[in-house]
Formats: sequence, structure tokens, C-alpha cells
Amino acid sequence: MQIYLPIAEVSVNAFLLLGLGGLVGVLSGMFGVGGGFLMTPLLFFIGIPPAVAVATEANQIVASSFSGVLAHFKRKTVDLRMGTVLLIGGLTGAAIGVVLFNYLKSLGQVDLLVKLCYVVFLGIIGTLMFVESLNAIRRSKRASAPVKRKNHNWVHGLPFKMRFRVSGLYISVIPPILVGVFVGILSAIMGVGGGFIMVPAMIYLLGMPTKVVVGTSLFQIIFVTAFTTLLHATTNYTVDMALAVLLLVGGVVGAQFGAIIGTRLKAEQLRILLALMVMGVCFKLALDLLIMPSELYSLGAAGGH
Amino acid sequence: MLRLALLLICFALPLHANEQVVLGLSQNRVAITANFDGSEILVFGAVKREDPIPDGAPLEVVVAVSGPSEPITVRRKAKRFGIWVNTESVTIDSAPSFYAVATTGPLSEVLSAEADTTHRISVGKAITSVNAQETHENGADFATAVARIRTDNGLYALHENTVELDQETLFRTSISMPANLTEGDYQTRVFLTRGGEVISSYKTQIAVRKVGLERFLFNLSRQQPLVYGLLSLAIAVIAGWGASAFFRYVRQGA
Repeated sequence: MQIYLPIAEVSVNAFLLLGLGGLVGVLSGMFGVGGGFLMTPLLFFIGIPPAVAVATEANQIVASSFSGVLAHFKRKTVDLRMGTVLLIGGLTGAAIGVVLFNYLKSLGQVDLLVKLCYVVFLGIIGTLMFVESLNAIRRSKRASAPVKRKNHNWVHGLPFKMRFRVSGLYISVIPPILVGVFVGILSAIMGVGGGFIMVPAMIYLLGMPTKVVVGTSLFQIIFVTAFTTLLHATTNYTVDMALAVLLLVGGVVGAQFGAIIGTRLKAEQLRILLALMVMGVCFKLALDLLIMPSELYSLGAAGGH
Repeated sequence: MLRLALLLICFALPLHANEQVVLGLSQNRVAITANFDGSEILVFGAVKREDPIPDGAPLEVVVAVSGPSEPITVRRKAKRFGIWVNTESVTIDSAPSFYAVATTGPLSEVLSAEADTTHRISVGKAITSVNAQETHENGADFATAVARIRTDNGLYALHENTVELDQETLFRTSISMPANLTEGDYQTRVFLTRGGEVISSYKTQIAVRKVGLERFLFNLSRQQPLVYGLLSLAIAVIAGWGASAFFRYVRQGA
């Protein structure tokens, strides 16, 4: 069944969109990630204009994060204070990101920016995750003692300290704000929640306990992606509601099944799978940039320089 | 015999101008609905004439349907630092979003180059790139790129030998419009030619419009972007909450 997307102005198979939403939903449920970093490139591949894909995906992440954060609130694994500090940074970053996005759009370089960001970040994250989980598997086979985390690093020397009770931290607000800004920019440019950057940053940089990390990042992601959606909707008119609805119906259903599958697999195996997938998407995008395109010319709306 | 010859000579010259198009369309509106999957428009008509069919070059019919024209920016990629990047850009003055030409025979035989230039019938003539060619040395390459890309996307098409002409009087053809159609008034022109020269033409419009939900969402997104954005978010939140509530209910029930 073909469906005409009113904003993207392309006709796509509705079941394909539902299926994509479902597939990414299963993965996001399995791995506990938002899935934006997989969905947005997949939308490029099926011919949705990148600007529409990024803006609409931000909208879809609001839905998947919202259903996730409810569960974390119930388990009391959300550090609201830390979440708010991250959020202040995130909103600033999202605003910067949208301005940057619109500026590069006028230069005709937005596709390049989005794809480059994807290649760089997916490449780094995928490789790190792959290496890390290989080591973890090796460690678990040797059954050695767990690695201790450093408790004191340069983060603790900065001013404007604040107490974060839920996380059990007394640290400067500067690092979380900077993390928030960075993730906000990525959210606006790449149409992702940014969990895949924020979660490692919270664990390794801020030293937050792992159990509150996911809930807190989801809390921040909801507001930042909601803000990004509004910014894209009001400045670029690129949020496609029909596309978003199809993706999120597939996505929320898929996520529930993914969560069930996820509990039956080993964490290290899951992470290796995810790492391989991330590297696969990265490889495909990189190939598009490196190989001479069959069509050197591309068309865009006139005006805006 | 002499009388007949005289009669023919008398009528032969002005006769060309006496052939006129009477046109019909299977539909003069195309509604882009949520499940719009392209459309097929039947263009049919007759040649109205007071006198018998003249001798000489046979009558040919050219049908051209053209979507709304807009200026577009064409960018060209080049390899920089090992990756392919948009480097040059040229603005084409105007190019139709959709363009289809159907003819009774090969376009070059049906239409002379001069007539094509005057009436701007073939795809190349429908794209105006005067400015581009003045400001950029390869302006013409960019204009042909527009035609090539849109042809590949099924937006531009030349269908030769697809207009059926019976007894030099009745003609019909169908123009297929793809699913990735944009809104606007589509100019539909019909030309009658003899010996490559246009002897009569007729112009009408097909209105392509989003309707229903598509119309509502599109208008809302342009006129009330904030409301539209908030509505999108509300749907997202409700769907997210609804799905988790539903699955919790199912799991507890099971």
C-alpha cells in the first residue's frame, strides 16, 4: 500500500515504513538505545529527503523515549537534577545545531554535514563498542576481577559544584552542561537522541552510577528532541507527521518485542551485534561519500544563499 | 476534373488554418490523497474542420503536459579531500516540476526545430537557463542535468508514437503522472502540425491538489508551524505512552 507523505512529497510503501519502524524498534528495545542513529540513515536509503528524515526522526524519538522514561520513573532511576542540568545544555546545543543546519542548508552542504557526522560518530562508537565487548567477553572467560573505575579525574577540579543526590555525586555543573550542548547539537544535525554519546559520557566522564544513566539520558532526550522537532517544524517545515506516525507505530510495538528478546541474550553478545550493525551502517554511508556518485549533479530549491 | 482541381487549389492553402482542436480530458483535477500512487490522465479530442482533409503532409498531434515551473538550484559534486562534495552551484531560471510530451510520431519529424523553439515544446526547451548560461561557463551542462535527473525520476518524459490518430480526425493518448507529484496547475497543450509546422493549438489546465488529510497537514505545517509541531509531539507522546500501557496490560493479563 503506497502512502503519499504530505511534507516529504514522496510516495512510499506504508508497510515498508511500519517494518522499518518495527525493525529499529526491536533493536532499540534489545539494546536500550533510541535507534535514531540507525533509523535516520535508513530513511536516507529509502529516498526520504535528509532534511525531512532528520526532523521527523527527532519527533519519533520523543515517542520511543517517552515510553522508556515512564518505566525508569517507576523504578526511580532518573536523576532529575542531573537531567535538568544536561537539559539546559541540550536546549542550547539544539538551538545552535538548528542554526548551523539551516546555514549549511543554504550553502547546499547539509547532506554532506549529516552524512559526515554519521560516518565519524558511528565509526568511533561502533569500533569502541566492538573492542570493548570483545574485551569483556575475554575477561568473562578468564573470570578476572572487574576493572575499577577512577573516582577522581580533572572533572572534580572545576568550579560551580553542585550536589546530585540520586547519582551520589558532588561535581561541577560545567561538564554536564558541555555534554548536554554537544549532544543537543548532534540531535539537531543528525536527528538522533544522542544517547549513544551521552551514556558513555555520563559513565566515564561524569562518573554517574550505571543504573541511573539510561533513565536520566532518556529524560534529557525527550525534551531536547521535542525542542528540536519544534525548531525544525517552525523554521524548515520539515516534520512529516504521516511519516512519524507510521514509524512510531512500528517502533513502539517493535521496542516491546525487542525488550523481551534482549532479556534472553547475553549482554556482551548483544553489544557485539550492535557494534557490528553500527559499523555496517557507517561503512555504507562512508562508501557513498568515497565512491564517485553515478550522478554528479543534484537539485535543490532555489533561493537562500 | 478541372473543376475539382480548381476547388482543391482554392481550398488547399487556407485549409491549414481551418483545422482546430476540440479537446477532452478524462479529468481536469488530480487529487493527491493519502494513498495517491500516481495518476493516468486520458487526453482525447477531435480535429474540427469545415472542409475535407487536405492533401500533403499528414496531420500530426503533439500533447505536452507541464507542471508548475520554479527556479531551482543545481549543484555539482567534485572530489575534495578524498570525498565527494557539492562544489559548484547554478540557479536555473525556471524548470517545470513535471513535463510529459506525447506525439503521433518521432518528435523531430512531427515538429520542426523552429516550431519547437517558438512554442517551447520539447523538454530541453521547457527549461529556461538563460541566466545560468550567462553567468556560468558550463551553465548548459547544469540545465541538461536537470532534464536528466528528472527523466530518471520519471518526472520528465517523451513518449513518441503514443498519440493515436484515427482518420486524421480523432486522437487520444494517456499521460501517466508519477506518485511523487507536486501541487499546482498543470498546463496541458495540444498542437496540430503538418510538415513540422504548428497549424493549431489548444491550451487547458489540470489542477493537481492535495486533498483531505494531506491538504490539512500541509496547510497546518505552513500556516501554523508551531501548532503543527506541538500536535506532532502530542501524537508522539500519546503513542509512546499508549504502547507501553497497552503492552503492560497485555503482559499482566497474560
